[in-house]
Amino acid sequence: MPSAILALEDGSVFKGSSFGASAERSGEVVFNTAITGYQEIFTDPSYAGQIVILTNPQIGNYGTNAADNESSRPYIEGLAVREFSSITSNWRSDEEARAFLGEHGIPVVSDLDTRALVRHLRTRGVMRGVLSAVESDGAKLVERARQIPTMAGLDLASRVSTAEPYEWSKPVEPCSPSELVAPPLEPRYHVVAYDFGIKQNILRRLVQVGCRVTVVPALTSAEDVLALKPDGVFLSNGPGDPEPLETQVSNVRRLLGKTPVFGICLGHQILGLAVGGRTYKLKFGHRGANHPVINKVTNRVEITSHNHGFAVDPDSLNSNDVEITHMNLNDQTLEGFRHRHYPAFCVQYHPEAAPGPHDSHYLFDDFVKLMASEH
Amino acid sequence: MPRRNDLHRILIIGSGPIVIGQACEFDYSGTQAAKALRGDGYEVVLVNSNPATIMTDPNLADRTYIEPLTRPYLEEIIRRERPDALLSTVGGQTGLNLSVDLAEAGVLDQYGVELIGAKIDAIKKAEDRLLFKDAMRKIGLETPRSKLVKTEAEALEFAERIGYPCILRPSFTLGGTGGGIAYNREDLVEIIERGLALSPVHEVLIEESVLGWKEFELEVMRDLADNVIIICSIENFDPMGVHTGDSITVAPAQTLTDREYQMMRDGAIRCLREIGVDTGGSNVQFAIDPKTGRMVIIEMNPRVSRSSALASKATGFPIAKIAAKLAVGYRLDEIRNDITRKTPACFEPTIDYVVVKIPKWQFEKFPGADPTLGTQMKSVGEVMAIGRTFKQALWKGLRSLETGKAFGSEKLDKSLIPQKLITPTPDRLNYIRFAFESGYTADEIHEMTAIDPWFLRQIEEVIRLQGELQKESLDTVSKDTLVSAKRFGISDAQLARTWGTAELTVREKRKALGVVAVFNRVDTCSAEFESFTPYLYSSYESVSEADPTDRKKVMILGSGPNRIGQGIEFDYCCCHASFALQELDCESIMVNCNPETVSTDYDTSDRLYFEPLTLEHVLNICDTEKPDGLIVQFGGQTPLTLALPLKRQGVPIIGTDPENIDLAEDRKLFGKLLDDLGIPAPENGSATSAEEACAIARRIGYPVLVRPSYVLGGRAMVIAYDEETVREYMREAVSFSQERPVLIDRFLEDATEVDVDALSDGDDVLIAGIMEHIEEAGVHSGDSSCVLPAQSIPRRQLDTIEDYTVRLAKALHVIGLMNVQYAIQNGTVYVLEVNPRASRTVPYVSKATGVPLPKIAVGLMLGKHIRDFTDATGVLPVLQDFVKSPVFPFNKFPGVDPALGPEMRSTGEVMGVGANFGEAFAKAQISAGTPLPDTGTVFISVNDHHKPEAADVARRFAALGFKLVATRGTAASLRAAGLTCKTVFKVNEGRPNAVDLLKAGAIQLAVYTTAGAPAFFDEKAIRRSAVMHRVPCITTLSGARAAAEAMAARKRDPIRVWSLQEIHAREKATA
Repeated sequence: MPSAILALEDGSVFKGSSFGASAERSGEVVFNTAITGYQEIFTDPSYAGQIVILTNPQIGNYGTNAADNESSRPYIEGLAVREFSSITSNWRSDEEARAFLGEHGIPVVSDLDTRALVRHLRTRGVMRGVLSAVESDGAKLVERARQIPTMAGLDLASRVSTAEPYEWSKPVEPCSPSELVAPPLEPRYHVVAYDFGIKQNILRRLVQVGCRVTVVPALTSAEDVLALKPDGVFLSNGPGDPEPLETQVSNVRRLLGKTPVFGICLGHQILGLAVGGRTYKLKFGHRGANHPVINKVTNRVEITSHNHGFAVDPDSLNSNDVEITHMNLNDQTLEGFRHRHYPAFCVQYHPEAAPGPHDSHYLFDDFVKLMASEH
Repeated sequence: MPRRNDLHRILIIGSGPIVIGQACEFDYSGTQAAKALRGDGYEVVLVNSNPATIMTDPNLADRTYIEPLTRPYLEEIIRRERPDALLSTVGGQTGLNLSVDLAEAGVLDQYGVELIGAKIDAIKKAEDRLLFKDAMRKIGLETPRSKLVKTEAEALEFAERIGYPCILRPSFTLGGTGGGIAYNREDLVEIIERGLALSPVHEVLIEESVLGWKEFELEVMRDLADNVIIICSIENFDPMGVHTGDSITVAPAQTLTDREYQMMRDGAIRCLREIGVDTGGSNVQFAIDPKTGRMVIIEMNPRVSRSSALASKATGFPIAKIAAKLAVGYRLDEIRNDITRKTPACFEPTIDYVVVKIPKWQFEKFPGADPTLGTQMKSVGEVMAIGRTFKQALWKGLRSLETGKAFGSEKLDKSLIPQKLITPTPDRLNYIRFAFESGYTADEIHEMTAIDPWFLRQIEEVIRLQGELQKESLDTVSKDTLVSAKRFGISDAQLARTWGTAELTVREKRKALGVVAVFNRVDTCSAEFESFTPYLYSSYESVSEADPTDRKKVMILGSGPNRIGQGIEFDYCCCHASFALQELDCESIMVNCNPETVSTDYDTSDRLYFEPLTLEHVLNICDTEKPDGLIVQFGGQTPLTLALPLKRQGVPIIGTDPENIDLAEDRKLFGKLLDDLGIPAPENGSATSAEEACAIARRIGYPVLVRPSYVLGGRAMVIAYDEETVREYMREAVSFSQERPVLIDRFLEDATEVDVDALSDGDDVLIAGIMEHIEEAGVHSGDSSCVLPAQSIPRRQLDTIEDYTVRLAKALHVIGLMNVQYAIQNGTVYVLEVNPRASRTVPYVSKATGVPLPKIAVGLMLGKHIRDFTDATGVLPVLQDFVKSPVFPFNKFPGVDPALGPEMRSTGEVMGVGANFGEAFAKAQISAGTPLPDTGTVFISVNDHHKPEAADVARRFAALGFKLVATRGTAASLRAAGLTCKTVFKVNEGRPNAVDLLKAGAIQLAVYTTAGAPAFFDEKAIRRSAVMHRVPCITTLSGARAAAEAMAARKRDPIRVWSLQEIHAREKATA
């Protein structure tokens, strides 16, 4: 079995077996604690620039299938797991997970002590790293890890965004004859979705609730968006630091009050900046599918899917303009707010799930209601 | 929505005796609930009939009733206690059914008791199969096609429509009792008859087969604000068709994509909402067609279940404790996660390891029972193992089972492979491994077992590595290969066998190469947050998280999986040992692998190691913890077998020296000790030939007890009344050799057997209890009812027993607990056996006397004296009558002879408390599920030498108004004694015979004794039908006498109950 190495900027070196492409990639090393949904994680563009550690020790068991992709290709830079399955077993699988990553040049290190790695990052915070299935000198890799740019200040959203606008009309397809998926509602609203690295399940969910979606590049101006005569504008998730996204923030600021706005994840952070808030980097982020979030309006707890390294500082928001609607019960970080004067709201977590629980699908309905009331 | 302040006193109902399908997982849930509610300031009244439980410890509730779990007794308790609420969801199916019964009978309304946890409508909707199916259809969840039938004809008609095989499930029975899979018409007819008889409502569900589908369970919790979380997903290794209690199960689910898992999660949550479980934990089972992904819901339990105990241990999320808090109004987000301290309990645990549960079966105890696994649960216990990967966990789990055989050393037959793979039995996993070794492909094995290819691949990978290891030797093996082997879960012992060396030699080499076990934490969050509870499992990762302290610490070895003869009693002892250590300011470290127990709750001990109880694993923990002492005397046989090997490795064992524990087991050495002390034992000898055996028997006189020196299988012992039987036994019954001679003891006929538990500190000895057995000697002490205080033993003999016990304790230098078994015949007291360790009766004696024996024993082991704990000397006083009675699993094993004998077969026990013996015995029989009748007919058939006494007993039945029927010989002797009695045929004589009468419901009590020789067809048939038709069947005369007294008491005494606390207060006052 060929070997692979994950080297961190602080000098730690973790060795294991190579299970993916014979390649070397670098990025910020982060961990995700979700038990299911590795394929959705691989293909979530928000992971651009990141090497992902999965805490579930058994990865690859059910292979991959075309329907569960969140974008056209895997976006993770590299993958570190405890054990990668040598076979695939699932009725929907059409490719081995290993082959899927290999084809896209993504290196995988397996058989390493992922728990030790996670505890290391939990204590010291996320850091830069290099995953190599070609270089066997750990010291060299540590040196390379120190050379790569840090995540802070990096505009990754524009890099992963679509180059051209496109229409989206695909609804959610049931994964089994027993999955209850209501037929999509008649498309009554036209939503323009900013692609900062959008997950396809967001698009599918928008179609489900009766939206016709036009996806536009990250740097499309507010005026061009308004020219499309949207009933609402959606701000997508995406990778990296929100702070350098000045153009995007200023576009959103110009949209506020002119059309209903709904943001998820990076979209939430951009909206936060647009209303005058501040963002900061979390020590090791939130990545998983089990975070309890309280909806302060209904006083109900939702179990939610997360993937973010930055957050909006709730103290930076002007409470005269903004109402906090959602808070994280684990660490009291801000999870969602709405504008008191404009039809705009957003959440930090992922109501579209994929992977994760479906507790928060209602937010898409809320967006539709908001568009309906502004109509 | 915080704590409800309108409730003050809450009643908790336990689950009764340990039976197949309902074991100590409900002691765990009841204990957690009682602790949680009391911790919150509620007054807790607890009732359970099982004295071996930790939940019935008087410290855990404000008032504890060990009383029958039936409506009349519960009503009396409710009348006395006037609780505000009844928590229905932590006492298993028994607690739930009883709650429904009390509600429907109007008792709860009459006394203003609110049902909390699950309301009556929700319980009925979940439990009634038709209502459940309707409810599921309403919310768009499919169920297998099915129909409830009440007759055979209806069953046949529906089966023709859906096709064979089909599944049969009797309504309202535990663990699927009486159910089965019918592959054809004949099967159906057989199962439907049994099922209709066993179902209390005489109703059976026939269901479309989903055999071979993937099976999953989700553990769900909901609070009053409708917040819902999933605690754990579980995937069954064995596909549909094998009861989940008999399946190997794996957490978390391994072969579902997120889409499929979320579909199941959504379904489970909709199910809980529709059924209307207000608060607490529920368990929802699903099946998925591996070819199409079609999903059906199988069932849901609106209560804490076996799987919730497993899920709690698998994730570190204490389901029963949280369920209790939710029932009194808390919201999930108002409760803290104990393990992380910072985060709330409102989240879904995520785990970075794999958990495997493996059931433990004991078919060897039940010759004649069918070992095929189906919809009726047959296992008696289970083990859980935690590993970083499935492979590691599976192999650890196999070691935890203590099969007595090393994995891989079983005798397997190649020609049986297809059969053993197709028909699930306890052997199936061994045969899967064997099939791989024999060249079968994973596809072929999947074809025959329908086990998911992913699981099979994991096994194949280990087998492949084992093949590679065979090419190595201890000298050539590289560090990397050794690491791989350990990471795959392969034991040192197995490596030693592969390389023809000793286990400890492998261990040395391994440590020399730096391949050492580390310990990881179970933390509910995959390391995302820091954990504050040392709940640990071993692995071969890079960093250890054990962080041992430098406090004074003592390690307790638990008792492993439940099995017949070693169950919850020992968990009681281990938990108390742990509590005592903490009180004595000593860190307690628990090692055990049984997920059902209180001892494996992370907050029972200061530190918990969830590990197999094998030399390798215990030594690894000792290397890390370096304990000041190790306790082996509380966990039954399991830790005792490790005592000497551990001592040789320098582990400091505290309490009685293992050498002395061993001495008591060694026939020669122990015989010499008794001679030296001048204490009589039954005459005995050992033989290696039939001639020798007959000579010994002649010398010591008939009858004799003949047995092999190692107990094997079921027919281990025989009581021989003549030479012919001895010859036959030597010829046919057992194999023997120079090393394993046959042991022959004089059988003390009609002797009274006595069990004694005592404490010793090396100087003083305190006799905790002298228990008189109700069945005569010859019935295994664990299968005999017994009573405290002794009823019929004269003072002089009690003094002799006391004297012998004290001298034996001193001679064996006992520090801690000791149990002695005596037999009294014709005024002479004989010692049968001495066990210098905690016995099965310790919890029973502790509850009868109010003196916590294990707690004192721990003190003694730490160097304290008996007088430091109590002023009592001599024998502890007992103020009321306490009868302990066994509970048998015969209704699970049709075809097995239920006669009592020298081989223990009971799975659990109950206790009856009375103001007199009859009352206590009557209550114990009610609790054991074999209530004695108030009126009707008694059937009597006894062997010749019991006939004179039989007349005495029969007279008492007659005096209570019972009619008598008897077989010819017995009838003649009863009439000779002046009694009126009908004659009935024996089974082989003609009809109508006793079996016909039983079937017709014309007999309410059967008394049938056997001489202990191999039972006749006739006797077996009668006893079997008695079990089938729920007629109490007594197989000893002393038992019959006790029954007569109990029946008299039922006529005489009112329904009355006592709490342990009030009894103990009186005992203290008089002491």
